[in-house]
Amino acid sequence: MQELTITRHNELIDPLLHIWSWQIPVYLFLGGLVAGIMIISGWFVLQGRYKHTTFSTFYLPHISLVLLSLGMGALFLDLEHKLYFWRLFTTFQWTAPMSWGSWLLLTIYPALWVNTLIRIPERFQGKIPLFDRLSAELNKRPTLIKNIGIANMLLGTLLGMYTGVLLSSFAARPLWNSAMLWMLFLVSGLSAAAAFVHLITTDVYERVLLAKADNAFLTLELFVFGGFLTGLLTSSRVHVEAVRLLLDGPYAPVFWVFVIGLGIVVPLIVQLLAVNHKVKHTPVAPILVLAGGLTLRFVIVYAGQFSHWT
Amino acid sequence: MARFGMVIDTVRCVGCMDCVVACKTENQVPEGFNRDWIAYDVKGTFPTLHMESRSERCNHCDNPPCVSCCPTSASHVHDVGGVVLVDYDKCIGCKGCVASCPYGARFIHPDGYADKCTFCIHRVEQGLQPACVAVCPTHCMHFGDLDDPNSDVSRLLASRNHHTLLPEAGTKPRIFYLT
Repeated sequence: MQELTITRHNELIDPLLHIWSWQIPVYLFLGGLVAGIMIISGWFVLQGRYKHTTFSTFYLPHISLVLLSLGMGALFLDLEHKLYFWRLFTTFQWTAPMSWGSWLLLTIYPALWVNTLIRIPERFQGKIPLFDRLSAELNKRPTLIKNIGIANMLLGTLLGMYTGVLLSSFAARPLWNSAMLWMLFLVSGLSAAAAFVHLITTDVYERVLLAKADNAFLTLELFVFGGFLTGLLTSSRVHVEAVRLLLDGPYAPVFWVFVIGLGIVVPLIVQLLAVNHKVKHTPVAPILVLAGGLTLRFVIVYAGQFSHWT
Repeated sequence: MARFGMVIDTVRCVGCMDCVVACKTENQVPEGFNRDWIAYDVKGTFPTLHMESRSERCNHCDNPPCVSCCPTSASHVHDVGGVVLVDYDKCIGCKGCVASCPYGARFIHPDGYADKCTFCIHRVEQGLQPACVAVCPTHCMHFGDLDDPNSDVSRLLASRNHHTLLPEAGTKPRIFYLT
């Protein structure tokens, strides 16, 4: 037997690490959601959807700007030395994913904003003449519009990956120390974004298309989960102990019921029936997907802090 | 350039916590927090048990994950002795370094920045020993340059069995425990 007793009782460190509360899971969820929306919106720009509807090129980027700002607000609330946050932008630390993320987030704001100028809805035209002029200039350059779509897809992909890489770079937390985490968060972000657009779009074509896309993302997410769990289960003792927190440990009920069951399997079945015209499209499925995506971040962040080397 | 490290003789350590009190006093560590602590590690099967008492703190690793994950370079390797330090004016309190440390050696100071053992660099730069080493009543703690073959720490490591904490974490700690 081995028994280790220590005299240290540092707040938030002992007996088990709990430095990150609700702010980080919310930030990671909103970041992933915005990443997915950028990929979807960029894809619709590439497909020329802006010629038929303003939803994907005007409203989605605007909604993304709000969601991303809310996410960054949550991140700001988590900082313990808040007045020093500007230090992030006085340096670039190439070994620190958080530094990459800070600069990436700065580039995403203009990419989203320029997307909103591709087509301004009639009721907003003439409100800000400069935006109208910029929009008119953009529309003279179809290649540039395609590049804006590509830029949104690329930056969205990087943002979605970043939310996972941020955690997986912490080797001291065995549950996060997986090369599959970035893929899991990216696919989950895409799935949440497809569900979100499915839920709010007024365009029937987009709703049906995104329900089908979400089915593909949810199926892919199940496979990625398989890889994530198997990778940890076949790794060292600390990694096996870490993944058992999810499989049969204290986080298992939430993980199996709310993340896998209600977050993936049930909405996948409902949406498969809907796209095959067996049942009507229902907002329940996308709401479950969004709730499952948020719960996934909470479970991974909380259980990851719970996992340790000793 | 020197490479400071510490060697702690677990055979001599009695777990008296003088090092803990000295650190708190010298560095004005706030109430409820510790930069160093005592660990009692019991191994074996009754009645053949072995207990190791040891004084633990930041390992000032050669491969410090807390430095590589810091987005503002607040966590850095100091020019003097390669000691791992935190520049409080650069720290944003993101807690990444706390999550990255497999030893739980860091904490968030009530003023908002990450805090931990500094090897009492302010004393070392004046030619003094770290406070914990200076007060140890059993002289079980030794501090010096690991790259100097004639230093106390190098000679002890050359002559005695020793181990580090969690070598499998790959951080290359610079605190060695003599057994």
